[in-house]
Amino acid sequence: MIGALLARREVGLIVMIALVALVVGLIEPRFLTAETLRIVTLAIPLILVAAMGQMMVILARHVDLSIGAILGFAAIVAGMIFRDMPQLPTIVGVLAAIACGAVLGLANGLVVTTFNLPSIIVTLGTLSLYRGLVFLVSGSRQVDPQFIPRGLISMSQTSPIFGIPWIVLIAFAIALATWAFLGYTRTGRQIYAIGSNPVAAPLRSIRVTPVTLFVFTLSGALAGVAGVMYAARFGYVNPGITGVGFEFIVIAAVVVGGVSINGGVGSVLGVTLGVIFLGMVNVALPILGVSAFWQSAIYGAVILLALVVDRTVRIRGAAALTLSRGTA
Amino acid sequence: MTALVSARGVSKSFAGVEVLRDVDLDLAAGEVHALLGENGAGKSTFARIVAGVHRPTSGTIALGGAPVDIASPVIAQSLGITLIHQEPISFPDLSVAENLVLGRSAGGPLARVPWAAMTRDARRLMDVLGVRIDVTRPMRGLSIADQQMVEIARALASDARLIIMDEPTASLTPNEVATLFTIARRLRDEGRAIVFISHRLEEVRDLCDRVTIFRDGARVETAAIGALSDAEIIRRMIGRPHQDYMHKTGVAIGGVALKITGLTRRGAFADISFDVRHGEIVGMGGLVGAGRTDVARAIFGVEPADSGTIEIDGKPATIREPSDAIALGLAFVPEDRAVAGIFRSLSVEANITAAVPGKIAPRGFIRRAVEKTLAADAVKRLRIRLASVRQPIGELSGGNQQKAILARWLMTDPSVLILDEPTRGIDIGVKAEFYDMIGDLAAQGRAILLISSELPELLALCDRVLVMSEGRLTADIPRSEATQERIMSAAVPASAGAAA
Repeated sequence: MIGALLARREVGLIVMIALVALVVGLIEPRFLTAETLRIVTLAIPLILVAAMGQMMVILARHVDLSIGAILGFAAIVAGMIFRDMPQLPTIVGVLAAIACGAVLGLANGLVVTTFNLPSIIVTLGTLSLYRGLVFLVSGSRQVDPQFIPRGLISMSQTSPIFGIPWIVLIAFAIALATWAFLGYTRTGRQIYAIGSNPVAAPLRSIRVTPVTLFVFTLSGALAGVAGVMYAARFGYVNPGITGVGFEFIVIAAVVVGGVSINGGVGSVLGVTLGVIFLGMVNVALPILGVSAFWQSAIYGAVILLALVVDRTVRIRGAAALTLSRGTA
Repeated sequence: MTALVSARGVSKSFAGVEVLRDVDLDLAAGEVHALLGENGAGKSTFARIVAGVHRPTSGTIALGGAPVDIASPVIAQSLGITLIHQEPISFPDLSVAENLVLGRSAGGPLARVPWAAMTRDARRLMDVLGVRIDVTRPMRGLSIADQQMVEIARALASDARLIIMDEPTASLTPNEVATLFTIARRLRDEGRAIVFISHRLEEVRDLCDRVTIFRDGARVETAAIGALSDAEIIRRMIGRPHQDYMHKTGVAIGGVALKITGLTRRGAFADISFDVRHGEIVGMGGLVGAGRTDVARAIFGVEPADSGTIEIDGKPATIREPSDAIALGLAFVPEDRAVAGIFRSLSVEANITAAVPGKIAPRGFIRRAVEKTLAADAVKRLRIRLASVRQPIGELSGGNQQKAILARWLMTDPSVLILDEPTRGIDIGVKAEFYDMIGDLAAQGRAILLISSELPELLALCDRVLVMSEGRLTADIPRSEATQERIMSAAVPASAGAAA
């Protein structure tokens, strides 16, 4: 029954995506051009990569609000390595960014598991803390476009196949890997189990702490990847701009994609569709001439709508359960 | 019979209170062994110790002759001991097949999940049990009976030698019970040991080979089920020394204060009719889960009934929420004060005056002086022991917290007072004070409905004792005829059939 509902959610998302394309295309035919498609495609990878990490965190009944700040930190570290040590190969900056993300994510996980604190509060704190670190490390100085390696920037422009840029392919490869991991490995299923019933998980010999640390670390590392993608995509890194508010877009995409904020439920396909949907909304609004202020309001409305739908589905599930029990 | 599990001198204390005392018990392979006893007699605690949920304070447990330390449910499982909870633990979002495998699969963190083999094995287990459950569906939405079957399948998959079922039939239909028993017998015939905890004597007779009776944390007797009559079993369950409490004397019983007719809430209780008169203390006995608290909550408007009428002083009353009930002169001291009664972090005075906002804050602002006077007065009257009325109520002892809750409801000067297990978890000394207080309240002409699982309490205090069993009123016994045996026989369900 739930499987059918989930399937409907994914089908529903595809319908919503088609509707947005159609309606916006009718109002503003410019929307249905190859150029727009390219812009939409480029809006997706950062969100998709971070959403894969966020999804695992939320599946385990946690949340990571600090990914925007982690993205900023990873991007500034990579940018500074590119700028201050141009003799090093690009890959050093890339790996450093991912490593920074992983460390900051692990720190989140350690605070959550060691002190048994709610992750929403912990990552609310580190959201500010990590953003502060971005300013401290960079001296509040932007890394300008001329320092970003050509090779990196070309990742968002050149394509090995069908004109799809490299970063888009990489993002979808990461999504594919996440799908395999969550569906077909022991740890992947344990993440679902922990989110589904955290109290029972230790009774089934699931080691909750290492798994929790793992999802936070991975979420951080993927935010680091998104940081590198930011540099590749936008060609600069600004301490006060890069990654600000990013967490809200990502969490919205994850929740719209059908991941239950109460953990245990959600699919990679759903999240991917959620990302595409929000990416389209993101591109469509300015084309329709909607101001940035309204865009933010619409994101908020979408999150609320998704939560209401999620809650309704869960209440129905619980009601079905009590009904079958109540008649006994 | 050779013992599979031997417990020797097992005792358990929680926070200094001894709930299990020096229990010796052998469980044999190839038997279904019933554990019987009143609520709180220690049977579930014993089962949980064997299953690794609790660790004994002292005593030893041997498995197949060798002493074992069952430090956790995971260890119990690896030793072949499975506890099936009344409402099974599961992962509602995962499939039935995954729930079966989880915690048993080998391999490292990146080990591949063998979906095909997992599904095949799960189907085979379901076939072995002869139950039809789609193993690819999620656990969420399965009936309790089916969830129990999944738990039993888990036990089989891990080749459990001892399967403990803690009140498994409590929420099953007769057909489901029959299926469960068929499977339990088959498991027994395969040489496994089954422990069966139930309040239903008929089921115990139907299924079990031996029975062990617990009372007040100690094992009273273990015998072949055929060796004891129902009456003998009940006598052993309740046979504690009778304590004498003073019954109120010389209180005139007045007119009907509260009259309930045909009160029904689907899935909780049905067709409940009784009345309580001014000056009368009416007891309500029964086992936990019989629906007594549900009735009280329905009368008070916490969860209103689907049908039936409530009359107060002869006038029909419409009670949709507790404020309606309070306005009509009802008061309800709930069973679990920690959950439903107190505001733990607030002061004693704020707790005591919480039910009368109009008195302490006539214009919306709290008058601290009035609040303090009212509270101090109540503290004196009910002899609540505390350092200061400004102290958080959570710092008081259980008995004094309970007095403060009672004080709160007396503030509203109720004409009908419903007390749900008012003396649970409080010391014997404070209990006696409580009994006096309840007598005084009745003497003032209030009608009192006293829900209690303590038989001596009901016998000592009440003018009449109502008994509920499985959502129905099964007896209305006048004081002169009330005995522990009579209450208990009415409280113990005749059979699972009554639940349908």
